[in-house]
Amino acid sequence: MAGFLFRRVFGFALTLFIAALAIFLLLDILPGDPARFILGINASPESVNALREQMGLNLPIWQRFFSWIGGVMVGDFGISHSQATPVLELIKERLVVSFPLAIFAMIISIMLGLPIGIFAARRRGKISDSLFMTLAQIGVAIPSFWFGMLLVLLFSVKLGWLPTGGFISWQDDFFAGLKSLILPSFALALPQAAILARVMRTALVDVSSADYIRTAQAKGLTKGQAILRHGVQNAMLPVLTILGLQFAFLIAGTIIIENVFYLPGLGKLIFTAISERDLILVRGALIVLIMAVTFTMLITDLLYALIDPRLRSRTRQ
Amino acid sequence: MFIQQIKKSLAIFAFLTLAITGAFAQSSEVNLGMVLEPPHLDPTAGAAAAIDEIVYANIFEGLTRIDENGAVLSSLASSWDISNDNLNYTFYLRDNVTFHDGTKFDAKDVVFSFERAMADDSVNAQKGIFAVIEEVRAIDAKTLAIQLKRPAGDFLFNIGRGDAIIVSRNNFENNKTHPIGTGPFKFISWNKGSRVVLEAYENYTGEPVSLKKAVFTFISDPNTAIAAMLAGDIDGFPIFPAPEAMDVFANDNRFNVIIGTTEGETILATNNKRAPFDNLLVRQAIAHTIDRKAIIDGAMFGYGTPIGSHFAPHNPYYVDKVNTYPLDLEKAKVLLAEAGYPEGFKATLKLPPPSYARRGGQIIASQLRQVGIELELINIEWAQWLEEVFSKKDYDLSIVSHVEPFDIGIYANPDYYFQFDNEDFRAIMSQLGNTTDDGGRRALSYYAQDFLARHAVNGYLFQLAKTGVYNADLQGMWANAPIEGNDLSQMKWTK
Amino acid sequence: MSKIEKRENIFKKAWGHLSLRIGLIGSIIFALLAIISIFWTPHDITLLNISNRFLGPSSTHWLGTDFFGRDMLSMLMSGALTSFIVALIAVSIGLLIGTPLGLLAASYGGIFEWLVLKGNDFLFAFPAIISAIIITAIFGPSAINAIIAIGIFNIPVFARVSRGGALSIISNDYIAAARLSGRNNFNIAFVHILPNIASLLIVQSSVQLSLGILAEAGLSYVGLGTQPPATSLGLMLKESQSLFLLHPMLAILPGLTIIAIVLFLNLAGDGLRDALDPRLAKQGALDSAG
Repeated sequence: MAGFLFRRVFGFALTLFIAALAIFLLLDILPGDPARFILGINASPESVNALREQMGLNLPIWQRFFSWIGGVMVGDFGISHSQATPVLELIKERLVVSFPLAIFAMIISIMLGLPIGIFAARRRGKISDSLFMTLAQIGVAIPSFWFGMLLVLLFSVKLGWLPTGGFISWQDDFFAGLKSLILPSFALALPQAAILARVMRTALVDVSSADYIRTAQAKGLTKGQAILRHGVQNAMLPVLTILGLQFAFLIAGTIIIENVFYLPGLGKLIFTAISERDLILVRGALIVLIMAVTFTMLITDLLYALIDPRLRSRTRQ
Repeated sequence: MFIQQIKKSLAIFAFLTLAITGAFAQSSEVNLGMVLEPPHLDPTAGAAAAIDEIVYANIFEGLTRIDENGAVLSSLASSWDISNDNLNYTFYLRDNVTFHDGTKFDAKDVVFSFERAMADDSVNAQKGIFAVIEEVRAIDAKTLAIQLKRPAGDFLFNIGRGDAIIVSRNNFENNKTHPIGTGPFKFISWNKGSRVVLEAYENYTGEPVSLKKAVFTFISDPNTAIAAMLAGDIDGFPIFPAPEAMDVFANDNRFNVIIGTTEGETILATNNKRAPFDNLLVRQAIAHTIDRKAIIDGAMFGYGTPIGSHFAPHNPYYVDKVNTYPLDLEKAKVLLAEAGYPEGFKATLKLPPPSYARRGGQIIASQLRQVGIELELINIEWAQWLEEVFSKKDYDLSIVSHVEPFDIGIYANPDYYFQFDNEDFRAIMSQLGNTTDDGGRRALSYYAQDFLARHAVNGYLFQLAKTGVYNADLQGMWANAPIEGNDLSQMKWTK
Repeated sequence: MSKIEKRENIFKKAWGHLSLRIGLIGSIIFALLAIISIFWTPHDITLLNISNRFLGPSSTHWLGTDFFGRDMLSMLMSGALTSFIVALIAVSIGLLIGTPLGLLAASYGGIFEWLVLKGNDFLFAFPAIISAIIITAIFGPSAINAIIAIGIFNIPVFARVSRGGALSIISNDYIAAARLSGRNNFNIAFVHILPNIASLLIVQSSVQLSLGILAEAGLSYVGLGTQPPATSLGLMLKESQSLFLLHPMLAILPGLTIIAIVLFLNLAGDGLRDALDPRLAKQGALDSAG
């Protein structure tokens, strides 16, 4: 187990390092001078150059890479050019929005998707099964940002129950903050819940023909009870795979939803930072995002190996 | 059918929100929407309009300030004297002014602010404003003398702009994140990506303000902006990002739609050094092909005033040159043939992000295709626009709004990105710079406008309108935008 | 039974599947409409006629006109074409690069397999939206960026699926026989394994195709995908969202078109999976796209 753990964590670190290098190099060829952007069209070349010097843009690339990556490793992400604030601080401000959003969406997705999947599997072949599976098909097909807009029109503009977007920070008003995440997390969660319901149902249908279910039935349980007691647990393996992927997706997927609900999340930060050529901020935010995605994958792998020890020898398929 | 349902539900909703907002309407708090979030809050170290839109006249004040019609009012300087040769200004500063950190304001802060902006390592985006200044000197704590190198008719206006605000000489390093000014509102907090909160400054000694608190919320998605206004989450959008949806608000008495003017001349910027645009005939042909009404309707949904030269229609020196080259496709084809392009030609049109450019570009491409000019549309970000179009002049055509007030002088600079290199025009401009009497300035302005129109230096499209949407109970907003800013000092709730 | 006969049989069996029939017919109709738009649309959408904008449905404009006075039906046809092309090329990228990698990883094993798996992990760390942001920042926004970003995401998906499929049959007798007869790993991967996981790949392709169409819509919606004057379903949604209250059909039509195409593709994919190989359901072929 220790060897397995070590291999996984080493792979995780390697992926991150290569990703960091890739991000750094790719963003270095970005057209557009950050200093010129900050000062605008009427600034003199001397002012622009003075600012470039201040920002350290005139140093050679390798020097900038190693000073950056060295800083990142000890938690110093540098100082944002445009906002004159430490990058890590800016990212933290956004993570307290993006991360809860992804978590809420995950919870909603699980709370909607799994019961529906289990229900449909138990009523397999019945009308309610077809109905739910058709709904799930449609759910998968709806673009989440479009669904988000419809939610806003209904619950904010028409009913006035929830804010159209924006975010009140947790310290200012915890419940207002919570409220502003409800619609976005539902918009994010719907397609994921639909996928989850389908996977859950398929997995359950698969195990329901397994021997132990028949044994349980022979012991006097109804088929439904047997599936609930024994099947669900065994069906968790494929579901877990999907959950891992979904969480990774949700972390990145919030970017689009943040746009619809003008939430101050990580995605919003990256968009603005790119348009303002605040490269150090872009790099920091991207590496954090990639860290989150990779870390999710790592955790999924480890959990998977915990549930199914056979996989420790063979790598994830 | 569907539309009727929506209208019906909106009516129900209108009733509901009236009932709800009625309870809060006595509020002394205002929540304004902005499209772009500023990179930071120091107007002396950046060109972003969003900075001024939050801090100008609210957090920071200058010696003078500009009102909604572009007139110069007193501010930190309560009055001033000007010498007969228009070179020496004496400013008498307002009494008992303090910065938001509690320290006293005096003439030394002004000297410090101006010298900082004029210094070699200054990162002021409008350093040019200070170029005419020979010397700034504090006579005593309340009196300030400024000597100019040459007479400048627009000096009092320029020092009223956001770039010339006065900072505290003891506390200016953190202005980007925690601005300290002398204005009626002090900075409270900034939730990055979300909003900036200001509160009335208790020790403000200028004209008292009605609002206690102001929130600027950043909403870039036009669709979300509509929803936020309709749901009452936002009390006003000084520059509403979706002209296409103005009718939603115009037809609804809960809202007040205020259409005003800006200093933004929106032009089809043309590279005058690059063939075939170096040929006057080609530029004239383009001018004959541009249908301004279709562009204003299609790109701005009717909001905007056609212009025929690089001059704002609300300026007292404006003269209408829209009909210099009237819409005439046959004439355009003849001119193109005469220029040696009977079959037309291909060119590129680089478009920055604003919707006037992106939508306008599609319409212009469609119009120019009628005379055989095929435009390839290239969408670019502002940073790229600044580098490729503005700095490197690597472009054929572009669409952009020039928002500086009275900026016709840019045509006298042959290195400006239009690359219009004309000795005669430079002569007109230098004469204008030396003329101080009203009649003379007017005549020269007329002549300059006509000159640019005739030379069809750029395609002159329209003056950008300021399309504001506000809660109907809110008052005291600027209709026009002579400079960038959202002056909160006059704003108040009527209910 | 010869191979050809066996295949015909499968298709007959598949056709009996209701969701497959609906999905296939629906997808083909939309694909045809999209393809026709290459040669012909009811109206020219490159000529804008502002005075004609916001017209309701009529005999000339069956679905009305948009904010530039362009015919909505023609716009939907061209938009669907872009969406299809983006998704198709992105799937091809995944198929052409991911499949060989997965197959070779399975048949060679060792360090090569390790490298492929690490590469997979690395690419998985870049959801399409993140790659799209980086690519757009460098090259500016365009449909091609969307293709590359979605394509990059498809590579590990296909590598994983084909490696998994290959591993499940690699222990079969005929593979061992091939190995004994002196075939090298390369030959085994492409001649013996590939045909046997073809159905797996077809099903995965249909899933990735529908995900690609959704991803294109998402990227275009935030301005990272297709750019005007080109059009795509996602771009149409973006451009008409703010007109929703005044002219709801402009946003509803492209939205419904996206939902319909994705729905039909998924139905077809499900049906194919059930019909071709019921065991595939276990592979968890459905994935999330970024």
